[in-house]
Amino acid sequence: MSRHPTGQTAGGQGMLALAWMRFRRHRLALGSTVVLAVLAALAVAAPLVEAILGTSFGEVDLFNRFAAPSPAHPLGTDELGRDVLVRLLHGGRISLAVGLTAAVVSAILGTVVGLSAGYYGGRLDALLMRFTDGVIALPFLPLLIVLAAVDLGKLGLPAAVVQSEYVSLMRIVAIVALVGWTTVARLVRGAALSLREREFVLAAHAQGAGGMRIMAVHILPNLVSPIVVATTLSVGNVILLESVLSFLGLGIEPAIPSWGNLLTGAQELIWDAPALAFYPGLLIFATVIAFNFLGDGLQDALDPKAMEG
Amino acid sequence: MSRYLLDRVVQSAIVLALMSFAIYALIGLMPGDPIDLMISADPKMTSEDAARLRALYGLDKPIIERYGNWLQAALGGDFGYSRMHAKPVLDVLVPALGNTAVLLGLSFVLSIAVALPLGVAAARRPYSRTDYAINLFAFAGISVPPFWLALLLIILFAVILGILPAGGVPAVGDGGFWEGARYLVLPVATLTIASIGGHTRYVRAAMLETLRQDYIQTARAKGLDQDLVVYKHALRNALIPVVTIVALNFGYLFSGALITETIFAYPGMGKLIFDAIMANDFNLALIALLFAALLTLLGNLLADIAYAALDPRISYR
Repeated sequence: MSRHPTGQTAGGQGMLALAWMRFRRHRLALGSTVVLAVLAALAVAAPLVEAILGTSFGEVDLFNRFAAPSPAHPLGTDELGRDVLVRLLHGGRISLAVGLTAAVVSAILGTVVGLSAGYYGGRLDALLMRFTDGVIALPFLPLLIVLAAVDLGKLGLPAAVVQSEYVSLMRIVAIVALVGWTTVARLVRGAALSLREREFVLAAHAQGAGGMRIMAVHILPNLVSPIVVATTLSVGNVILLESVLSFLGLGIEPAIPSWGNLLTGAQELIWDAPALAFYPGLLIFATVIAFNFLGDGLQDALDPKAMEG
Repeated sequence: MSRYLLDRVVQSAIVLALMSFAIYALIGLMPGDPIDLMISADPKMTSEDAARLRALYGLDKPIIERYGNWLQAALGGDFGYSRMHAKPVLDVLVPALGNTAVLLGLSFVLSIAVALPLGVAAARRPYSRTDYAINLFAFAGISVPPFWLALLLIILFAVILGILPAGGVPAVGDGGFWEGARYLVLPVATLTIASIGGHTRYVRAAMLETLRQDYIQTARAKGLDQDLVVYKHALRNALIPVVTIVALNFGYLFSGALITETIFAYPGMGKLIFDAIMANDFNLALIALLFAALLTLLGNLLADIAYAALDPRISYR
């Protein structure tokens, strides 16, 4: 029972090496990895940049509004005289963190739903899949806006929680996860449906392994590749969604800069300071496209059977 | 087929009924109710007055009962009154629906017109330079934040070049077909560019799959003209999955419309829903959201029917 068909033992190195070889061939994915690493490093280094420039992301300087780029402010200042570069870097911390967290939470939700539906089958499967279809059919952005507008106080949450600054971050993660789990759920369900008929699962069953154990030890490890691919592809979508909600003024509180809410006021400012609308969008665009290429590359590398052509 | 159709219609009706309750409950959770608004408008109102008004309008009853009352009225054709517009809800909804249909219809046709030849060209020579370039373009299309694209278009065409309006609709009396069309250019362009990428990838994937089939090899082996094989034999079959995915994506279209209409101040369904939610116009928000859900479900239903109608191999018992 200690050896399961995941290839994590001696052969595992070979499999990973093969995957790496295939991944390296996807030049766009390789480039995207570099771009993402640089963006993440810059976001992590945001406090360092603040210290070097001697400013902070919230520091207002009304005598220095819309300043042109200068050594003190490499990308200039915004409508309140705050340093644009520092705000962009801090925005990256929030947007990347929210994107990754929400994508992982959706993946976990989707895996649980998909595994239960695919492994147990029958009525549970039919029920869960109809539910999934229903969620997929929702006009999701209008509904997300209602969800974002819900007064958490009316749900009975304590005031201290409702008024805390970070509740808008949690809310975004929760909202995105509520609609984002469907892709992984369908994927996992389909794979689990065929895996449960395989010999090694039947053998485990014959040895008396329970459903939970079979799912965790024999089925889940075989689903790691597609789940990783789907999660990577969804990070880009999540960042897009966060930026849309924040742009509409329903996402992350303006006190915490994110790439989306840096664009909230940008529409009113396009006549005076078009550059302010340009940078955050460019970073969102670069990050989303990089995650999409990365996901595409991972798909080719981890799941060669699914390769087209 | 008719049995299957009936099942699907019944299923959709159940989903719609569940959604109407979910949306009703969610809207009740938004900050402020009509009485709160009256209180803030009239400082002389006491809490007894407020309680009396709540009882009068039935707002103190449990949610199930309130939903039941609303449902009864709605099924009788009474959708209530929009507070924001001071008009019956339907009078506000119908023109907005028309405007959105124009916007979505135009951008959909344009997007497909570009995506079809691109997807086919990419699939004919997979992993070639052409394919690479088209793929890059398609990935850019699905990754660009739509509101940012809209802002860039406004900056370029309205701020820098000054040749197109930044948003809104022509002033009353300043009509004429061409004047109206000028206001449509940027919103349609935004939605078109934002959806070309996805459509191109669907067409490419479906074409690749079809071109591998035996009957395509047979057609080629017979010595048929290559273009004829691609466009007559392959494309028609490749369109089946494309039609399905596109119809299933109806909900996404609404999301795109919401962003685009809000940015360009275009008076359609998306902006209507957004404004109604922002202004706590409960009746309007509820009906508009339900309408969007109904249209999405209809789109999915049509996808299933189209799937069966286009592909004679599929039979539903």
